[in-house]
Amino acid sequence: MKVLVAVKRVVDYNVKVRVKADGTGVETANVKMSMNPFDEIGVEEAVRLKEAGKATEVIAVSLGPTQCQETIRTALAMGADRGIHVQTDVELQPLAVAKLLKAVVDKEQPQICILGKQAIDDDANQTGQMLAALAGWPQATFASKLVINDDGSANVTREVDGGLETVTVKMPFVLTTDLRLNEPRYASLPNIMKAKKKPIDTLTPEQLGVDAAPRLKTLKVAEPAKRQAGIKVKSVAELVDKLRNEAKVI
Amino acid sequence: MSVLVIAEHDNAKLNPATLHAVTAAQKIGGELHILVAGSNAAAVADEAAKVGGVAKVLLADDAAYANRLPENLAKLLVDLAGNYSHLVATATATGKNVMPRTAALLDVQQISDISGVESADTFVRPIYAGNAMATVQSGDKVKVITVRATAFDAAPASGGSAAVEKLAGAGDTGLSTFVGQELAKSERPELTSARVVVSGGRGMQNGDNFKLLDSLADKLNAAVGASRAAVDAGFVPNTYQVGQTGKIVAPELYIAVGISGAIQHLAGMKDSKVIVAINKDEDAPIFQVADYGLVADLFQAVPELTNELSK
Repeated sequence: MKVLVAVKRVVDYNVKVRVKADGTGVETANVKMSMNPFDEIGVEEAVRLKEAGKATEVIAVSLGPTQCQETIRTALAMGADRGIHVQTDVELQPLAVAKLLKAVVDKEQPQICILGKQAIDDDANQTGQMLAALAGWPQATFASKLVINDDGSANVTREVDGGLETVTVKMPFVLTTDLRLNEPRYASLPNIMKAKKKPIDTLTPEQLGVDAAPRLKTLKVAEPAKRQAGIKVKSVAELVDKLRNEAKVI
Repeated sequence: MSVLVIAEHDNAKLNPATLHAVTAAQKIGGELHILVAGSNAAAVADEAAKVGGVAKVLLADDAAYANRLPENLAKLLVDLAGNYSHLVATATATGKNVMPRTAALLDVQQISDISGVESADTFVRPIYAGNAMATVQSGDKVKVITVRATAFDAAPASGGSAAVEKLAGAGDTGLSTFVGQELAKSERPELTSARVVVSGGRGMQNGDNFKLLDSLADKLNAAVGASRAAVDAGFVPNTYQVGQTGKIVAPELYIAVGISGAIQHLAGMKDSKVIVAINKDEDAPIFQVADYGLVADLFQAVPELTNELSK
């Protein structure tokens, strides 16, 4: 059984992003980039499936400019077997990503596709659901536990607003990861060296026959409204007094 | 132009989160319908019919919709989409699950988690954990939208008298089945709609210490939340998590206790009206967004605050 895992290159989660002065987007030049944290959890889950003998091969896919190959190398160092890079400099929106991934899925025929539930740059939370829709597969989103059953189905525990929910999905299916699914490993130095020798195929949207042009037009990107700086109170009594008589919220 | 709002419910009651999507839909304009897709959910449809500003309620009552399975719901929405210019849902766990699937089947690029409506095709949405606001325009024939509940006031739950029209279901795709759920039970107000929220972070040190926050929350009739660090450490369940990828809250009063204030946490609470931070580290970033900061050991300050409020 092949497992395909999608990895996105995003601004590192520790970076405080800055809006560009011309309002066209956020500053990404000379900013540390990393694998989307939810995708790291996806790679970890895929590698664990292989280590448990459930999966035979783990393929890491990334879409975007040349530097996405670094993100694929990170996945390979964590234990993925090979990579596919869909190279394009076009701004990719979730629907286009889902279409490109669907074309890769048609070529590779995996039984499980694992994606992060959302990317921490556009915060869209769409791609996994969209890929499942286009492939006609079931979707198990926001997963905190995955159990592969002997009959070729899987039980997935999902994090929902009120608690946890479990669904059974037939294979092939799409899984999107939530934070509690696992704790991703750090790649060891020997594995980072080994990853350099693992193969990465490069494809283009044209080769995959997909129109990846963006549908949403970004008119502007602005700073959010700033909060006024507050004050420090010296005691609990002063805090209660302020809340009662100044803010009037209690 | 007409807008279909997808109701969030548990087959018995309409989830108040839906009322925020109704307000967003009213800002878009046009005739407003609500879809209640559920099983034995007539009571929900009756409740939806009373919501102010709603012209019609569609009730699709079918066992296939009993547990909000996205494969089945998206199929129904695709069948209905031809009659609407906009499909709108609140960005709840269900909305986030169902709407992108629907959008892809319609070949539409969804607009997620909008916090503002500029016009019928232009919307504002937070990106990068709310550190930037993007204004985006959609040229798609049908706009598929999820709504950030805290950014729109709730529509009045009463005052309307819409007709309820019954629909046939679109069938069960058989792709997935519901096994069960473990819902956290709480006597407290719901986190996303509470007037006051008391949240704890890694500084709470363990799950037992959250009892300190429970006592404070009891005094304020508050919901209890937590930072990701506290949830990851196993102090409290995932349903407590406030932040970029957890729940987004904007109460009148948010009290952050032992929370350092990572960007990802601030993203979930910085629209609160008044923010109080209690932390022994005076350099903690949480103080940069707090209206009132108290540099103190929480294990002394919280019980003292609870006592002071009893006076």
